[in-house]
Amino acid sequence: MAVQTPARPRTKPSTHEPPRSGPPWTERWGGLFFVAPFGLFFLFFLLWPTLAGLWNSFFNTSLAGVKQEFLGLANWRELFGDPAVWDSLKNTLVFTAMSTPPLVLIALVMALLANRRGVFGWFLRFAYFAPFVLPATVITLIWVWIYQPGFGLVNGLLTAGGFAEIDWLNAENRAMLAVVITTVWWTVGFNFLLYLAALQGIPAQVYEAASIDGANGRQTLFRITLPLLGRTTGLIVVLQLVASLKIFDQIYLMTDGGPNYATRPIIQYIYESGFTSYRIGYASAVSYLFFAIIVIVSVAQFKLFGGRKEARR
Amino acid sequence: MSTPSPRVSRRHLLVGALGLAGATALAGCGSFGRDARVREWNLFGGGDGARLLQIHDKFVAEHNDIAFEAHTLAWGPPFYTKLAMSAAGGRAPEVATLHLSRLKGFSPSTMLDPIPVDLLAKAGITEQDFLPETWRKCHVDGRLYAVPLDQHPFVLYYNTDICEKAGLLGPDGRIKPVKGVDAFFEMLRAVKDVTGKFAASVETTNPWRIWWTLYGQLGGAFFDESGQEFVLDDNKALEALQLMAKLSADGLTPKSSDYPALVAQFTNGDAGLSFNGEWEVTTYQTAKLPFSMAPFPVVYDVPKFAGDAHTFVMPHQAARSDEDTAATVEYIAWMLKNSADWAAGGHIPAYQPVVESREYLELKPQAEYRSVAPDVLFDPDAWFSGSGAQLQNEAGAAFAGVFSGRTTPRQALDQFKAATRKLLDTPSPV
Repeated sequence: MAVQTPARPRTKPSTHEPPRSGPPWTERWGGLFFVAPFGLFFLFFLLWPTLAGLWNSFFNTSLAGVKQEFLGLANWRELFGDPAVWDSLKNTLVFTAMSTPPLVLIALVMALLANRRGVFGWFLRFAYFAPFVLPATVITLIWVWIYQPGFGLVNGLLTAGGFAEIDWLNAENRAMLAVVITTVWWTVGFNFLLYLAALQGIPAQVYEAASIDGANGRQTLFRITLPLLGRTTGLIVVLQLVASLKIFDQIYLMTDGGPNYATRPIIQYIYESGFTSYRIGYASAVSYLFFAIIVIVSVAQFKLFGGRKEARR
Repeated sequence: MSTPSPRVSRRHLLVGALGLAGATALAGCGSFGRDARVREWNLFGGGDGARLLQIHDKFVAEHNDIAFEAHTLAWGPPFYTKLAMSAAGGRAPEVATLHLSRLKGFSPSTMLDPIPVDLLAKAGITEQDFLPETWRKCHVDGRLYAVPLDQHPFVLYYNTDICEKAGLLGPDGRIKPVKGVDAFFEMLRAVKDVTGKFAASVETTNPWRIWWTLYGQLGGAFFDESGQEFVLDDNKALEALQLMAKLSADGLTPKSSDYPALVAQFTNGDAGLSFNGEWEVTTYQTAKLPFSMAPFPVVYDVPKFAGDAHTFVMPHQAARSDEDTAATVEYIAWMLKNSADWAAGGHIPAYQPVVESREYLELKPQAEYRSVAPDVLFDPDAWFSGSGAQLQNEAGAAFAGVFSGRTTPRQALDQFKAATRKLLDTPSPV
């Protein structure tokens, strides 16, 4: 291998110009042209609205286009004294806490099952992932009918089995569970796919070595498979937490936040304040509160995730 | 529809008279000098929406000089959000539907353009064609911002087979009107005996309409005379809530049923009666259900029926073309004059000449409840009130528990009052 001479000018050296160091500007700045399209989108559709939202939170900005006045921290003061903010935030956290564990665990179990090279492997892979392809509107339409009292599938099965009907969507203490069940059924396929890919990435030699050493199925699962899936689990948990915190569509379509606001997530409250009630300024303040919470959760996750990586080295 | 028509029409003269289309109109090259554009946004997704498309086809066939486009958007907040954003940006469609009860909350001064009364009069539509109260409500600060198309009250649907077995029909085959709480419950019990399940289906997850009807029939007010002071009458409000609680406690209505379930229960005969707005006519006709309709019973003293009116408004455009405006007014006038077709979908026409027409009077069951039009009780006048607005949501959240038995009427009322106070204390965004 030839040793490269550092900082050697490519053109004929001139006595007047100082020798140029590094590649020409097209090479140094060329990368910018490639990221420019995305960069512009980022500026116009993410960075600018984010800053505009912060700006709006200090005004009584209205969707109705009436004259706006500077309010200082009034929106923020109102927010801290508004029980609807804290109730809907609590609902969001409850949903996240209820949905994340099954979405990770069930996905893992599904992936372990589908990874077997049995006759039904392809069928399981297809069946587990299929619901994820459907849009929220279709999913909620199906499940609202499934949950209906009187003629819904679930209550039909319950009454056929001699049990009493359950009012799934209109009981305050049960509506969130109903939404979680729907969400798990709908979205678990994505996590399943991530786990399946990770499983298929584990080299076969590792298992061969284990079986030569006489490891049984249980030992193989807990000592080899699960530890090697560790980083994937970390990734799935982060993605899932953020996705669950951003819950909106299936709740809006299934319960509209009811009954009695028992399922209303914070994003729906932001939507209602900003769009139904035209109070963009106030809604901006609430979204900033929520933005801060998501950032905190993500940073905490990142720290935990990063810490584990260090430990393994 | 894009070929300019050579005929000289009333619209042509109208445009010419205003000097808007100038030379083109005078030269007689077409009714509208260039293709006038009318884009319409509406929120009719149900049986009435299908009806609207048929009426629009007729309008298009008769107006080959107007480029007409109609768009149906999702009812409620999604519709009003989109309309508000398009109007706030000044890039709204030429005409849109709006619930009359939402007019003030929609910030007319910034989001709507006033409707030119002179153009409307030239198209044959004047104040005398409407119920005075409805017409008055279409004005804000002395300017006309909305033209009413219909009124849609809370009514009584009844299954004629079931009600006949229950002995509720008169010799003319119509349901015998009942008055008073006792008679009302007697009627419901008779129906329940026949169906074996429920007497009536009602939307318990958002019972605003039945509560507002009962409260109105008790003579209850929301604001005082000045329209400023919140004066909800606790005793009357409780009385109405107690009646609702009794309905479900006695098994006369379901404890819990949302809108699709309400429709299904009446369609499959689990309920012989249904309390709802009148817009499901087409659904039940399509289902070939033996049914008819009547005014909701006067359970208390005053005949009042929760309801609203669909109106046409001209959402704000930064640069509204006079040609398009003339075509828009023509569209509005034409729709009113042809509102017998619209009435077939259940709504009572607002345009009185149609209400008196034989075409409408022969519509059964749609003409059976037309008498209630002057007694339609609109939602309170507030920025957070009206169809699909926040006040109805708060009432739904608080009052649904009365049907399910989760809360007492007193708790529900306290919750509703607290929520209303919070809305009243919130600085108005309009």
